[in-house]
Amino acid sequence: METWFLRILLTLTGTMLVASASVAQVNEDDQVIDPDVERREVKRADLDSENWELGLYLGLLSIEDFEVNPVVGLKGAYHISEDLFTELNIGYSKAGKTSFERLSGSPPLLSSSDRNYIYWNVNLGWNILPGEAFWGEDKVFNNALYIIGGLGSTYFTGDNNFTVNYGLGYRLLMNDSFALRIDFRDQMFDLSIAGEDKLTHNFEGTVGLTWFF
Amino acid sequence: MMRIQLLLLSLLLLVSKTSFAGEDEYQEVVVLDPYIELHTGAGRGYPIFYVVERGEKVLLLKRRTDWVKVRSPRGKEGWVSVEQMSRTLQPTGEMTQFDDGSFDEYQDHRWEVGFLAGDFGGANILSGYGAYSFTPHISAELWLSQILGNFSDGWMINANLTHTFFPKWRASPFFSLGTGVIDIRPKATLVDAEDRRDQVAIVGFGAKAYVTRRFVFRAEYKNYLVFTSRDENEDVNEWKLGFSVFF
Repeated sequence: METWFLRILLTLTGTMLVASASVAQVNEDDQVIDPDVERREVKRADLDSENWELGLYLGLLSIEDFEVNPVVGLKGAYHISEDLFTELNIGYSKAGKTSFERLSGSPPLLSSSDRNYIYWNVNLGWNILPGEAFWGEDKVFNNALYIIGGLGSTYFTGDNNFTVNYGLGYRLLMNDSFALRIDFRDQMFDLSIAGEDKLTHNFEGTVGLTWFF
Repeated sequence: MMRIQLLLLSLLLLVSKTSFAGEDEYQEVVVLDPYIELHTGAGRGYPIFYVVERGEKVLLLKRRTDWVKVRSPRGKEGWVSVEQMSRTLQPTGEMTQFDDGSFDEYQDHRWEVGFLAGDFGGANILSGYGAYSFTPHISAELWLSQILGNFSDGWMINANLTHTFFPKWRASPFFSLGTGVIDIRPKATLVDAEDRRDQVAIVGFGAKAYVTRRFVFRAEYKNYLVFTSRDENEDVNEWKLGFSVFF
């Protein structure tokens, strides 16, 4: 079975390589006479595009059954259009104790290292209410409310868990380069800590500072 | 003391130099439209507060998505759409060109970054990839995936060669071949299982569709042949959906 598969694989790779090589060969052959035509260069505007956003955030994460804990993270975003952006988050928190552990006085359910909560997610965001916000008479800031959602993974209780997250956020541009971000998310994943799978909702509220470049 | 003075002086020089340099760097263009509209923000909803008429010059300060921040001869700064800015003349007499992520640019783009998610033999899979196109047809892709199953999870890294059949179509099928390494780790709650790292061979096909500016939808099927150290090789089917952005 596998030799058959490998044979097909190799034949196809070979064909693709030969095909691309022969295309290159033809182009070279065409260059016998140097064309005396001046190439019209397409000049793109030499402009500083600032579509990337990078920053840090701090906040609180309510880990279901494990108290509300501080969370920190790194945020990177790419603005596709004025409406749409894509975002990567990497965050860290540490779970506290369950009520059961507190009240019963029994040995802890999880070791300290299993209480680490590390997540990443990739999201698509949509700026729904862009506008201007006023501070007093002569200060004005651009801002936007956005809805956002995406997929990722959460390392918790010593395992990686497939995580869906969605939420609402607010971006206040303090000037052209710096923005304040306020985010509320629900991170959902199945946790099988008590033997059976249970869908957990982990609510997160964060404040971040980002830089456009 | 002398040293501090020197330091201050050089710092001052540096500051003044950079600010002047900044002034010089900006490109100047001449408006060709009857007028261009300056918005207060980089978006179509922001109010227009100023116009610059035909024949006047503006400085290009920066760009965000499809908006360009310009400075008028009277020092007014505002955001103008790339669409209007593309009807301006450069000092050389040529029209100003802007990358706009249009379908034309999609057809001969070089770089692409994407994110897809789906099913990998019953487990969830999350994948990110970066691609470089040698020609509109042939591109090389590097994938990094995380596999999240009920009983095990793992990582996979693989490299593919992809052939896009009809790069001039808005939606085109493609075919890919590749190889990589998969690392599977049983869940912490399961005992008596060992980590496995194996080589894989990949055959796949799918479709890419240009949706809107810079944004591409992608769906694909891949078949993975895992060369295990056991007697039988494993065969895994994968379905994925996602999006990519091109540059």
